Amino acid sequence: MTQTLGGFGLYLHWPFCQAKCPYCDFNSHVSANIDQARWQAAYLSELDRAAAETKNRVLETVFFGGGTPSLMDPSLVNAIIERIRQNWPMVNDPEISLEANPTSVEAGRFAGYRDAGVNRISMGIQALNDTDLRRLGRMHSVKDARAAFDTARNLFDRVSFDLIYARQNQTLQDWKAELTEALNMAIDHLSLYQLTIEDGTAFGARHAAGGLKGLPDDDTSADMYLLTQEITADAGLGSYEVSNHAREDAQSRHNLIYWRGGDYIGIGPGAHGRLTLNSQKFATETELSPLGWLLNVEKKGSGETLRDAVPSSEQALEYLMMSLRLSEGTDLIRYKNLGGKLAQNAAQDLVQLGLIEIDETRLRATSQGRPVLNGLLRNLIAE
Amino acid sequence: MTDLDKIRNFSIVAHIDHGKSTLADRLIQETNTVAVRDMKEQLLDSMDIERERGITIKANTVRIDYTADDGQDYVLNLIDTPGHVDFAYEVSRSMRAVEGSLLVVDSTQGVEAQTLANVYHALDADHEIVPVLNKIDLPASDCERVAEQIEDVIGIDASEAIQVSAKTGVGIRETLESIVKHLPAPKGDPDAPLKAMLVDSWYDSYLGVIVLVRVIDGRLKKGERVKFLSNGTVHHVDRIGVFRPAMAEIDSLGPGEIGFLTASIKQVRDTRVGDTITHQKSEVEALPGFKPAQPVVFCGLFPVDAAQFEDMRDSIDKLALNDASFSFEMETSAALGFGFRCGFLGLLHLEVIRDRIEREYDIDLITTAPSVIYDIHMKDGTVEQLHNPADMPDLTLVDHIEEPRIKATILVPDEYLGDVLKLCQDRRGLQLDLTYAGSRAMVVYDLPLNEVVFDFYDRLKSVTKGYASFDYQMIGYREDNLVKMSVLVNDEPVDALSMMVHRERAETRGRAMVEKLKELIPRHMFKIPIQAAIGGKVIARETLSAMRKDVTAKCYGGDATRKKKLLEKQKAGKKKMRQFGKVEIPQQAFINALKMDS
Repeated sequence: MTQTLGGFGLYLHWPFCQAKCPYCDFNSHVSANIDQARWQAAYLSELDRAAAETKNRVLETVFFGGGTPSLMDPSLVNAIIERIRQNWPMVNDPEISLEANPTSVEAGRFAGYRDAGVNRISMGIQALNDTDLRRLGRMHSVKDARAAFDTARNLFDRVSFDLIYARQNQTLQDWKAELTEALNMAIDHLSLYQLTIEDGTAFGARHAAGGLKGLPDDDTSADMYLLTQEITADAGLGSYEVSNHAREDAQSRHNLIYWRGGDYIGIGPGAHGRLTLNSQKFATETELSPLGWLLNVEKKGSGETLRDAVPSSEQALEYLMMSLRLSEGTDLIRYKNLGGKLAQNAAQDLVQLGLIEIDETRLRATSQGRPVLNGLLRNLIAE
Repeated sequence: MTDLDKIRNFSIVAHIDHGKSTLADRLIQETNTVAVRDMKEQLLDSMDIERERGITIKANTVRIDYTADDGQDYVLNLIDTPGHVDFAYEVSRSMRAVEGSLLVVDSTQGVEAQTLANVYHALDADHEIVPVLNKIDLPASDCERVAEQIEDVIGIDASEAIQVSAKTGVGIRETLESIVKHLPAPKGDPDAPLKAMLVDSWYDSYLGVIVLVRVIDGRLKKGERVKFLSNGTVHHVDRIGVFRPAMAEIDSLGPGEIGFLTASIKQVRDTRVGDTITHQKSEVEALPGFKPAQPVVFCGLFPVDAAQFEDMRDSIDKLALNDASFSFEMETSAALGFGFRCGFLGLLHLEVIRDRIEREYDIDLITTAPSVIYDIHMKDGTVEQLHNPADMPDLTLVDHIEEPRIKATILVPDEYLGDVLKLCQDRRGLQLDLTYAGSRAMVVYDLPLNEVVFDFYDRLKSVTKGYASFDYQMIGYREDNLVKMSVLVNDEPVDALSMMVHRERAETRGRAMVEKLKELIPRHMFKIPIQAAIGGKVIARETLSAMRKDVTAKCYGGDATRKKKLLEKQKAGKKKMRQFGKVEIPQQAFINALKMDS
């Protein structure tokens, strides 16, 4: 049995949405007719392919992401989880998460997901304000979201939801009020993302054309970020990652695998994976387009389009980049074992500036340092 | 050898963009000097930079065979000269090798400052001048007005000006006829001892130095031994030839003819432009000769990547082989490491050299603030020449400082005159003259060269929407209240940004500089004071706040590869920066910090 540092999980990508959100740069597609039976066959085939090279490894987590996985038929989710349980030994208390949109139609499927084995729901509520929900291109209202959330909390022990802040014309006070309201709803986990304008999205195009006015400047965004840290910590939902907040022991175990540099299988169109096979770390990718992926799986017996051995220097960089996002920080011994180096003078300066903390075994970004994490990384990476 | 009365030697004088190169192309085409299939635009401009910028940098020569209307065969030698003020020196020496000029004026624009400057060089060389009004195909063409202007402003007869469209070919034949009829044939004695003028020289990697000569008296033949009077060196002539415009070998050149020789000469520096060439055994009186061109603008050039210093030395050596007017010496900067302090004829010359190093040798450069030579009069009576503000001696030893001044001539349409006067005043100018020619004003200013070297021309173009033209000449040194302004970034002096300024302007310049730097330097993890100081006294200060927000909101398994690549790219981008203490300054900042908005 192979024991991998950072854990072992499985990510499954469902690429469809009812509508494309203007800020989203994920691999998502809108399609009127989805042949769920055909998709089921393809997913099961891919699960078998993945199991062939990782069998006997103990799976800790499964994550249904998208797209909008709450558009999946519960029977499809059931078949997938069943096959996963057949293919791999699982820990006693596996975390099986599914991302959901908070509409009444989707909430109607929640019970089916629970029966299939899903034990954690992550809901894309995004805003507690109808005007902003429309601006963000969301299909639901605040009322819908609250109703769906109540359904979820009655069915699942663990429910998380997402909010997007630093929105157009949002003030620090607006956000404080909204966040306080959200904390009253929250159970054990929250993801709070600052709106990022990404290239290749509708917002990206509007922004480039001079539109999308009223976005907070860097200083205001920074203030919002710091305020978020204070308020959530006071409510017992402090951040354990740049944008993720949880009560003790309620962190997303699946996402921790990414940030701790663990292994994960990627199934479905455009899914990425990291796998240690015969002591060598590989990065895998699959065909991005849904139909292309289906055809590849059906005709060639594999959706995979890339499998690269990751040199240890790149593993080190990736591990530093991902782990420094966590409040627990980076295991320096592991980083050094991968051949990673820190620019010592820069590191000392950053310690003096109060942006990082270093002890013998760990490197952490402080709450002041985390909002400028990209800057920290640029400085810390030794030439 | 051609009979003297069948030779016409001429150059073309024009303001930039008035169509000089196109006219030259047409003359070459009309006479079938170049086969149609080999014709390309700006035929005489061989450097990429010349074609790209539409300018001529080096003088070029072409020999044209022409059968005139009188049935006789003529040899026409055209020397195409640069139009830009930086290369005025090339113009004046080329003029001395020919007897006449075509004065090309854009009939839609009229006389411009460079037209004037260059036509004065032609008049100084006693040229006959044939006015040519170009671009008559354009609707805005107004030949009558422009002809009048030529008579008013330049004072030459323009009643027989030829109307030409170099673009469509109208008037080209008339131009050729006029060259034969109106320009004088050269004089010379074929039987006298050889006397030839060294007009120009450049390096060719196959043939060594190619020497452009104009024979005054006697004959120059292949295989002869010739002597350069200035240094007494003797060379064996390997080749004699002419340009059509490709090199074509011939056996000899006689009086009045223009051509080239090669003699296994290794360096352009061994050939002095304006030198007199004769046979080894002959004794002739030297021609008046020329003063070598003096660089007037200086700046430091440093490789961004210190490892490229040797490559850079190599590239500079190679460029200098072909450009004796460009000077350089090694320089060490505390901030920028090893590089070169280089002297140029002007800003365009600087840009051309810098572009050639970057492009032809693939070396990224940091260019420091351009500076002029100051005369530092010390208390002990000695005078030191200051090429680099960083080398400013201890002030307690300095009696006074003198700076170079220029006489600037600017032609500008009426409506922009106010802006031009303001610009000149702002740059410490003293008005010498203000006259009108039609609706255009001609202003003459006495200006400090250091106020002009950087962005004066850019500013002039922008305040006049491109309608002003500008030319200058050096008029000497004068004392003024000058100080060295240093710039401190994060309390560390950045020598590459220090500059000489007038005391009264120091605060304004300092303020502008620190504000600019605040925009140009990216935010760091800590706040950075940016100061301008004179001696120990800070005259302007800005603080660049620390970076507060730079984090990726979402980063999960599917984002790792992309974000890692982004990080690697940013890390590579840091190499384009220079480290000053703990601060990284982008290379572009050095030059952009000096650009003033007014």
